[in-house]
Amino acid sequence: MNVVVCIKQVPAKIKIEIDPKTGTLRSGGVDRAINPPDLYALEEGIRIKEKTKGKVTVLTMGPAKADESLKEAIGFGADEVILLSDPAFEGSDTWSTSHILAKAIKKIGQFDLVLCGKQSIDGETGQVGPQLAEALGVPFVSLVNRIEELGEGFIKVMRMSDEGHQLIEMTLPGVITVVKEINVPRIPSLRGLMAAKKAKIPVWNAQDLEIDPATVGSAGSPTRVAKVFFPQRTQKSEMLQGSPESQVEQIVERLRQARAI
Amino acid sequence: MSADSSAIGQIWVVTEQRDGHTKAASYALIAKSRKLADECRSKVVAVCLNQSVKDADQLAAFGADKVYLVGGPILDGWNDDVYVKELADLARRDKPDVILASSGSLGSSVIPRVAVALDTGVAANCISVEFDSQSRMLVQTRPAYGGSLMANIVFPSKRPQIATVRPHAFKKGEPNSSRQGEMIRVDFDRQSVTAKTKLLNVVKDLTEKVRLDEAEIVVCGGRGLGRAENFQMVAELAEVLGAALGTSRPPVDDGWVPYSHQVGQTGKTVSPKLYIACGVAGAPQHLAGMQTSEIIVAINEDPKAPIFEVATYGIVGDLFKIVPLLTKKLREARG
Repeated sequence: MNVVVCIKQVPAKIKIEIDPKTGTLRSGGVDRAINPPDLYALEEGIRIKEKTKGKVTVLTMGPAKADESLKEAIGFGADEVILLSDPAFEGSDTWSTSHILAKAIKKIGQFDLVLCGKQSIDGETGQVGPQLAEALGVPFVSLVNRIEELGEGFIKVMRMSDEGHQLIEMTLPGVITVVKEINVPRIPSLRGLMAAKKAKIPVWNAQDLEIDPATVGSAGSPTRVAKVFFPQRTQKSEMLQGSPESQVEQIVERLRQARAI
Repeated sequence: MSADSSAIGQIWVVTEQRDGHTKAASYALIAKSRKLADECRSKVVAVCLNQSVKDADQLAAFGADKVYLVGGPILDGWNDDVYVKELADLARRDKPDVILASSGSLGSSVIPRVAVALDTGVAANCISVEFDSQSRMLVQTRPAYGGSLMANIVFPSKRPQIATVRPHAFKKGEPNSSRQGEMIRVDFDRQSVTAKTKLLNVVKDLTEKVRLDEAEIVVCGGRGLGRAENFQMVAELAEVLGAALGTSRPPVDDGWVPYSHQVGQTGKTVSPKLYIACGVAGAPQHLAGMQTSEIIVAINEDPKAPIFEVATYGIVGDLFKIVPLLTKKLREARG
């Protein structure tokens, strides 16, 4: 089975700062890592490859330095990696990102299953997986917590739903997003780390993907970030003192006043 | 589709039902849309993806001018492929200016696919949607980076403007039973879609009595509880409050509580009216999943626990004394 895993490189720490002069995000000099939820997609992709004697290709869209995350993916066991990078891709919203990923997957050609993490820890939209499926014209299942069966041209998965879980059969090729419960990611092997060290990371740009730069990135994205700001904390923190009985009385009183209970 | 500078078209709310009854989050979206529509002289259309809605007249009472009952037997159940096709077809026909849905199930799979089918974007998991009378555009506000940053999202030219909204972002409002809406049945041709996904089985989660991401109150137990059995104590507090039971990562990793209860970066994001954290230290990954809650109560024996930095009310003390006292007091008050 040919598996494609899409990963994102994100800030290793989610505490971010806004430059008070420009009002924009300070992202320079921040340590970056593979988006934690994507590690479960990567692990599941590698497990499927091992089971079916297939191949795992890992894609990421990002700046040149995102190649570090692809090297890390090789360490885990990815067979091939591709960095999708072009100044025209900068400022992509989820629509633009999923179209760029779809173009790359079409260029790769034959694939059976695409795996993505549930959402990124920076943007937190959870939209790229489903949008990628639609852009590829293939079916989609979100929040998969177990793969029950890998069949000829289909897959059976358990997904988290509003009422609990649903068992769903999906024809292949298709796209799924996975949650943490699906597996426990391995530690990179020594052999993998050696391979990662030597690896040359192929880069595909807009021209390679036959993408008109005006249709993607900040120029082509349907949505635009008009402003970013820190949330205002309207209430001050209050520490309740006294005996446990008195603390409990105070908290009940406060919550009643706020009509929270 | 591109923006028409002279007028604001329809505002659609894609509603969700459970056992035939519309969810509170959908009513809140309709009430909010009514306000937006009054500001920009637009109409509110409630779209129901099934025809067995028992409270369709209530949708009008909360503010819908028109209710679409989209159906045929195939839609009563789970079928994303059909929902996507039907919503996209209807939207191509009616050209709404705005489509709103809540950020749960629909928002995580159907809505993003509809957006791509309509060649427009999505502002996901918003906490506010307002109309800007100057630009005549909606301004969506959404948290990012675990709630430590807010972003205003606009759609400069593409239409419809599609946003998914977190539960509890808007108040449900009051119904006005004199309000009448137009009920329109839209029969769906089941032959026109080849569903590529099929629902084989449903497994109900018996440990989750109140839905975590919809609950108005969440009671969360953390590592400080010490062992699995002690979760009974927070479960009792949750029960007396009618709250959902949440947890942080360590109790899930240790197998005390199922993963479906995990709040945080690798679990669920919640923003209830009241979040009570019992024995939760407050790692950044946990805070990322709950710090947009309206009121946060933290109970922890360690005064330096980071959870107190986001708490509205903090109690430093012994969890095993405070939580049962609190449960007892609330139970007495209920009689």
